[in-house]
Amino acid sequence: MTRSELIEEVASKTANFTKRDVEIIVSTLFKSIAESLARGEKIEIRGFGSFKVKQRDARRGRNPKSGEGIIVESKKVPFFKAGKEFKQRVNTIKPTP
Amino acid sequence: MTKADLVEVAFEKVGCSKKDLAEVVDQVFETIKSALERGDKVKISGFGNFTVRHKKARRGRNPQTGEEIIIGERRVMTFKPSQILKDFVNSGVQE
Repeated sequence: MTRSELIEEVASKTANFTKRDVEIIVSTLFKSIAESLARGEKIEIRGFGSFKVKQRDARRGRNPKSGEGIIVESKKVPFFKAGKEFKQRVNTIKPTP
Repeated sequence: MTKADLVEVAFEKVGCSKKDLAEVVDQVFETIKSALERGDKVKISGFGNFTVRHKKARRGRNPQTGEEIIIGERRVMTFKPSQILKDFVNSGVQE
């Protein structure tokens, strides 16, 4: 499912909104989450999960091509943790081998 | 930031009833959950991908008691942030 398919489906379920409206809302939603993460905040969505930023320390790395040692600078990584209900729902259907 | 805050931000963009907006926001997350429940992946360009991964059963250990247990086969969801999101988080829009 892509962003546009998501928009399509949400629009079909919400009668009061045009596809254009839903498009704006979906864009705003993910943009707000991204901006909030960039500020270092945690975003908690009940029934879905939470987004936060984890700090990765600087470490010694190696360029795999040249074998040259380099320092990988410390960085922030966005992280998502699914909520309990979400985890259970994903796990309900038995996998097909 | 909570769902209410997200509704608030959307409200500033699309002027309509907050109740209706809350419904759309709920529906967005519900649709993502249903897709993953079906085993589908959800790709939000510029943000990241939500995917379902199948984990095989494995031996584990209760860290508290040291007791050995079998962790059953299961499906878990993972989120892989896009390069754009990773760069954005590091871009220094800091407080």
